[in-house]
Amino acid sequence: MTRYIRHAAAFCALLLLALLVNAARVQIVQARAYDENPANRRHTIARYGQPRGDILVGGRAVTGSRDSGEQFRYERTYKNGPLYAPVTGFASQVYGTSLLEGAADGVLAGTDPALSLLPLWNDLARTRDPGGRVVTTLDAAAQQAAYAGLGARRGAVAALEPSTGRVLALVSTPSYDPGELSGTDSAVARAWARLNGAADRPMLNRAVRQTYPPGSTFKVVTAAAALDSGVVRDLDAPTDSPDPYRLPGSTARLTNEVEGCADASLRYAFQWSCNTVFAGLGVKVGRHAMGSTAAGFGFNDRRLGIPFRVSPSTFDTRVDKAQLALSSIGQYNTRATPLQMAMVAAAVANYGSVRTPYLVERTTTADGDTVSATGQHTLRRAMNPATAVRLRELMTDVVEKGTGTNAAIPGATVGGKSGTAQHGIHNSGTPYAWFISWAQAEDTMEPAVAVAVVVEDAAADRGDISGGGDAAPIARAVMEAVLDR
Amino acid sequence: MLSPGTTVQADPPAPVVRLPRRRGIEFTLLVVAVLLSVYGYCDVGLARTGSVPPGAAGYGAGLGVLALLAHLAVRLRAPCADPLLLPIAVLLNGLGLVLIYRLDLETPADRAAPTQLVWSTLGFGLFIAVIVLLRDHRVLQRYTYVSVVTALALLVLPIFFPSVNGARIWIRIAGFSIQPGEFAKVMLALFFAGYLAANRNALAYTGRRIWLLQLPTGRVLGPILAVWLLSVGVLVLERDLGTSLLFFGLFVILLYVATGRTGWIAVGLLLAACGAFAVGWLEPHVHSRVEDWLHPFASIEAGRGPNQLAQSLFAFAAGGFLGTGLGSGHSILIGFAVKSDFILATAGEELGLAGLCAIFILYGLLVERGIRAGLALRDPFGRLLAVGLASIVALQVFVIAGGVTGLIPLTGMAMPFLAQGGSSVVTNWIIVALLMRLSDSARGRSEEQQRTEEVAP
Repeated sequence: MTRYIRHAAAFCALLLLALLVNAARVQIVQARAYDENPANRRHTIARYGQPRGDILVGGRAVTGSRDSGEQFRYERTYKNGPLYAPVTGFASQVYGTSLLEGAADGVLAGTDPALSLLPLWNDLARTRDPGGRVVTTLDAAAQQAAYAGLGARRGAVAALEPSTGRVLALVSTPSYDPGELSGTDSAVARAWARLNGAADRPMLNRAVRQTYPPGSTFKVVTAAAALDSGVVRDLDAPTDSPDPYRLPGSTARLTNEVEGCADASLRYAFQWSCNTVFAGLGVKVGRHAMGSTAAGFGFNDRRLGIPFRVSPSTFDTRVDKAQLALSSIGQYNTRATPLQMAMVAAAVANYGSVRTPYLVERTTTADGDTVSATGQHTLRRAMNPATAVRLRELMTDVVEKGTGTNAAIPGATVGGKSGTAQHGIHNSGTPYAWFISWAQAEDTMEPAVAVAVVVEDAAADRGDISGGGDAAPIARAVMEAVLDR
Repeated sequence: MLSPGTTVQADPPAPVVRLPRRRGIEFTLLVVAVLLSVYGYCDVGLARTGSVPPGAAGYGAGLGVLALLAHLAVRLRAPCADPLLLPIAVLLNGLGLVLIYRLDLETPADRAAPTQLVWSTLGFGLFIAVIVLLRDHRVLQRYTYVSVVTALALLVLPIFFPSVNGARIWIRIAGFSIQPGEFAKVMLALFFAGYLAANRNALAYTGRRIWLLQLPTGRVLGPILAVWLLSVGVLVLERDLGTSLLFFGLFVILLYVATGRTGWIAVGLLLAACGAFAVGWLEPHVHSRVEDWLHPFASIEAGRGPNQLAQSLFAFAAGGFLGTGLGSGHSILIGFAVKSDFILATAGEELGLAGLCAIFILYGLLVERGIRAGLALRDPFGRLLAVGLASIVALQVFVIAGGVTGLIPLTGMAMPFLAQGGSSVVTNWIIVALLMRLSDSARGRSEEQQRTEEVAP
C-alpha cells in the first residue's frame, strides 16, 4: 500500500505544480496583455487614484484635482477652463483625454517611465510615480487678450515667438469648461451630449484642428514665391496684370474690390490686396514652385504636432492653371489652420526661416526636476532672407498705410496682411475675416510675436476691409500683450 | 504481552526511542501565524484609511486565544501530532479573515467577516472537541455505514430547499445558511476508507479477469459503486459540479491506494472523460462554464463587458510578481462571489505571485503532512483515511484554484479555510483535527507500544 500512497502523493504534487505554473503564466507571462485589455478598469482606476499633475501657464497651474471619494477618485478641475481649453483639452473619467491632457498623459498621470528613478522597480512593485507637471510656452496675457478680443464671436487666434517657435497664445471661441467633463455622474454625460450637439461646436479647437481658406493672407506666400523664383525682381515695377483677370482656360473673370490693380506693382497690389495681380503671379510662378514655397512654410505637412496633432494645411499642386490662379489667392483647395498662418507671418518676421512650433517648454516631476525639455526644433527655410526683408517691408506698408492700419502699435514695427476668405457654395457663406501679423519692439533685434486671427462670423462683408476691421484689432491686442511683457 | 516472572526471555527490551514531539516548534509557528494575520489586518487598515483598524487588538487576541486553546488541547491529548498542521490551518484561516474583512470594506452593506469569525470559532471548538474526545481513530471504523447514510442524507437534504444562484446546495435555518455537502465530504471519506479497508483484498484479488482488468465480484464492488454514483448523481442534480468532481477524484484515488490496480485509474479517467464530455455538452449551465473557460474574453468581444472569469484573470494579472499590497487591489470588480469562490483572486492581486505561491505551498504542506501520516500508520483504515482527507484538500484546492486561474473550467467551490463559508471552515477544521489525530497515532505508536511494554504489570 505504501507504494500506492506515494503515487497518490506524487499525483497531488503534480496538481500543485500545475497550479504554480499556471499562476506564473497568468501573473507574469500574460499579465501585460491582461493589464492592457480595454475592458480591464484597473488602468482607469489607477490613473485617477492619485492627483493628476498640473499644466502650468506662466508658472501658475491652470489645472487642479478634486478628491471625489469615488472609485475614479481624483477629478480634474480647471482654472479659467474656457480660456485654456484649446490648450489643455479635457481629462475625463468617462471620455478619456484630449489635447495636452492626452499628449502629455504619461507625465501627468505618472506612468511615464522617465518620471522614475527606478522604472523596473515600479513595474515589479506595481507602484506609480506622482503625476508630473507640464510647463507650457503660453503667455497668459496674450492668451487673455486674444480670448477677450474674440469675445462672443466664432474664431481663433494663434500666436508664436518667431525666433523659437514657442506658441504664445492658442485660443478658440466659443469655448467650453473642460471641468464639466470630469467625474462620472450623469451631469458629465449631459455636458458631453450638449457640447457635442451644439451647433457652434465649442469643443472644436479652431486654432489647430480647423482649416479655413486663408484668402488674401495667402498672398504673403505667393509674393514670397514670386520674389524667390525671380518672377518679380522689382517691388515697384508693373506686373503686367490685366484687370479683370480671365482665369486661364476658362471664361470666368476675376475682379478686385479696389481700384488701380491693372498692371499694379507688387507693392501696390500687396498693400491693397489685388486679387488679379496675385492670381496672375501664381500662374507665372507655376504650380511646382508655388507648391515648394508653400511646403517651406509648412503646408502639406501631415506630421506637425505641438505635441498634439495639428490638422495639416493644404496647398493643392495637382491643379490646372485656373485652379492655380485661385489657389494663389488663398481660395479653391488652399486651406490653412490659424497656427499655419501664424507660421507664415513668423517666417517673414524671422528673415525667411520658420521654427517648428511647440507648446510644451518642459516637463518636470512633481518635485520640479526636469524630465524632458524641448530641444532645438527644426528650422525650415521658407524663402531667401533677401525676400523676407522685402516682404517685411511690404507687410509694414500694409499696417502703415494699407488695409491693416488697425494693427499699428506705437513704438513697434508691425507688419500685417488682412484677408477675407469666401466660402460656401457659390461663396454664399459669410466670409471669414483674417489678419496675420508680426511685431518687433523698436529697440530689439528680433520680432517678439507673430499672430494669426480668424473671425468666422465677421459682421462686415466688404472685401479685405473686414479682415482689417474685425481681425486686426484682436491681433494688435495680442501683440501688445506680448510686447508689454 | 509479557508477564512478570516469565523466564522465557525474548529479545531484550528495545531502548526507549523518544521521538521528538516538537510541541515547542508548533507553539513558535502558531505565534508566527497569529502575528502574520494581525500584521495583514493592520496592513489593510493602513492601506485603506491610513490608520490601524480599531479591531486589530481584538482580532489578534481572539485568534491568539483560539490558537492557544487548540495548542493546549494538542499538548494534552495528541502530544506526538505533526507540529505543522495546526499553524498552517491557523495562518490560512487568519489570512482568510483578513481578506474577507478587506473585501467587506468595499461592500459596506454586506459584511461577511463577523459571521466568518463566528464560524471559525466554532471550527476551533470542533477541532478541540475532536482532539479531546477522539482518543483513537480506529473507533471511527465502526461508523462506516452510519457515515454513508449520514452523507447521503446530507447530500439529499438541499433538494428540499430553494436554489441559490443556480445551485441547490444550501439549507437555511434561522438565518444561517449551511452547505451540507461540505460535511458529507468527511463522512464519505470515512465510508470509503472503512469499506475499502475491510474489503480491499476481495477487491484486489477476487472476481473474474477480463483482459487486463481484474473485476471484483458484484457483492463487493456493488455497494461502493452505488454510493458513489448516487452521490455524484445527486450533486449533478444540485448543480454542485465542484463537489461531484471532488467525490469522483476521492473515490478513484482511494480505490487505487487500496487495491494498487492501475486499471482502476484508467477506468476512472475514462468514465470521467465520458461524464465530463456528456455533462459539458448537454447541461447548459456547465456548457457555458466550459465556453467561458475556452474563451474567457468572448463576452468582452461581444460588447457585454468582462465576465467573472475575465475579471478574475485581470485581478491575477494586476498582482504581478509582488502584488499591489493588501487593501490596494481592485478585485472587488469581480463582483458576486468575490469573497467565496474567487477569494484567491484577491490574494493573487494583493499578494502577487509570491503570495499565491506561499499559499499554494501551505496547502501543499498540509496535504503532504496528511499523506505522511498515512504512510507512517500501520492500519489500513487509518492509512486510507489519512490519504482520503489529504486528497480532499488537494483536489479541492486544485479544482477551485485551477478554475479561477483559467487552468480548468470553473466550478463553484470554497478555497479551504480562505473563502467565506461557514460549513467549509468548520469542515476543514474537522479534517485538520482528524489528520492531527492520525499523525499523533502514527508518530506516537512506537512510543506508546514501548510505554505499555514497560509499564505492563
